[in-house]
Amino acid sequence: MIEVITLAAGFLLILIGLYAILARRHILRMIIGFSVFDTGLHVVMVSLGSIRGRTAPIVDDAVPAIQAINRVADPVPQALVLTAIVIGLGITALMLTFALRMARSRRSLDIRSYKDLKW
Amino acid sequence: MVRKLGILLVVLSVGGILGLLFAAYTPVTELSGPAAHYARHGAEELGSANLVTAVVVTYRGLDTLGEVVVLFLAATVIGLLLRNAGGERGAAGLPPSEILSTGAALLAPLVILLGVFIFLHGHLTPGGGFQGGAVIAVAALLQMLGKPGTRSSGRILHLVESVSGLTYLALGILGIFLAGGFLDNRILDTGIPGRLVSAGAIPIIYSLIGLKVGTELAGILGGLRGEAGGRNLEESPHD
Amino acid sequence: MMETAIAVVAGAGMLAGALVAVMGREVVTAVIAAGVVSLLASILYLLLSAPDVAMTEAAIGSGLTTVIFLFVLHRIRQVTEPGELNEKEIRESQDGA
Repeated sequence: MIEVITLAAGFLLILIGLYAILARRHILRMIIGFSVFDTGLHVVMVSLGSIRGRTAPIVDDAVPAIQAINRVADPVPQALVLTAIVIGLGITALMLTFALRMARSRRSLDIRSYKDLKW
Repeated sequence: MVRKLGILLVVLSVGGILGLLFAAYTPVTELSGPAAHYARHGAEELGSANLVTAVVVTYRGLDTLGEVVVLFLAATVIGLLLRNAGGERGAAGLPPSEILSTGAALLAPLVILLGVFIFLHGHLTPGGGFQGGAVIAVAALLQMLGKPGTRSSGRILHLVESVSGLTYLALGILGIFLAGGFLDNRILDTGIPGRLVSAGAIPIIYSLIGLKVGTELAGILGGLRGEAGGRNLEESPHD
Repeated sequence: MMETAIAVVAGAGMLAGALVAVMGREVVTAVIAAGVVSLLASILYLLLSAPDVAMTEAAIGSGLTTVIFLFVLHRIRQVTEPGELNEKEIRESQDGA
């Protein structure tokens, strides 16, 4: 039951983030939308690997190594999401740096004022 | 008007696709494929009690190497773009209050200790290099907020970052000669899972990753803060 | 039962926070709301048996990302004119375009 709830929440976060990226004209709000999109994607990935009634993938006294395959959740999506979160931070920092340079060169944060590539 | 209709169309179609995926979803009940192998043999093969650590460092080690490279690239580009930083008009903000500066001075060493504990015990408890590195970056942030005038010794940060990355690569290449392949952790003895000294080279690799990520994030934070009282004092109004 | 209730509450809070982050009027409010979304996502990760991911998301998503946004916002405010950062003004002044 929990996986279904979090999967739905993750999908809705993806849609909200997508709307923010497309519909907002302020550069910082587009970057916030990207960050929300990213969080939703990670929630979806982790909830796909979670199995009802199972525990965290750590082998110790509570979960001996023999029973591990029957009692732990899937460790692979968790490992992939771990690196994805750190990369998301790096990309957000890079986007904010670009936003800072754009603001310094044009004194405006509205993307409509950057018309250099329009035909 | 056309733009609004277009946005609505895109969001509704993506929403429709996600809805179809959601309707076709049946929850998983058994581990299968590689995950079953990792769960069954991970602890005894690699000696690591934390299965996620085993997957991140050894079983999917190339992904982690790629992630370290991407983070390095992002930090380098940020440092390059903000090179002529500082000198913007306006003050650097209010000076920190007494509580903030005293609290930061008291807490920063404890937070660094916590970060080191987290990445040293990555193979035993939940945690590891990335979490420990983020906590160390928070300690650097506390120092930045509590005493704004301190020049962070950029040279030591860059040195630690480069040396950690190169040592990580060197350990990986050692794995080709001494063990099963690139980034194999069995170059050292795997030991008994659950002890601090176990899991071969995983604690060393994760500590290096933790130091590298921590100093990189601290460098990114310092570059983005770019204070007028910091490193770059020249005025540069043009790009 | 208890876990399902916590998951529903956290999920609803996450969606409310995301709506505030996208539709909020001030940029600072939107940034803080994005941090709250990450924090509630970290609670969801705990319920999904993923403690490693929960630690990473709490430290990086809700801590460092918010701080980075606020640092850059402060620097941008020193460079642009005061009116540029208000979304409502942008929308009203260029509605016909």
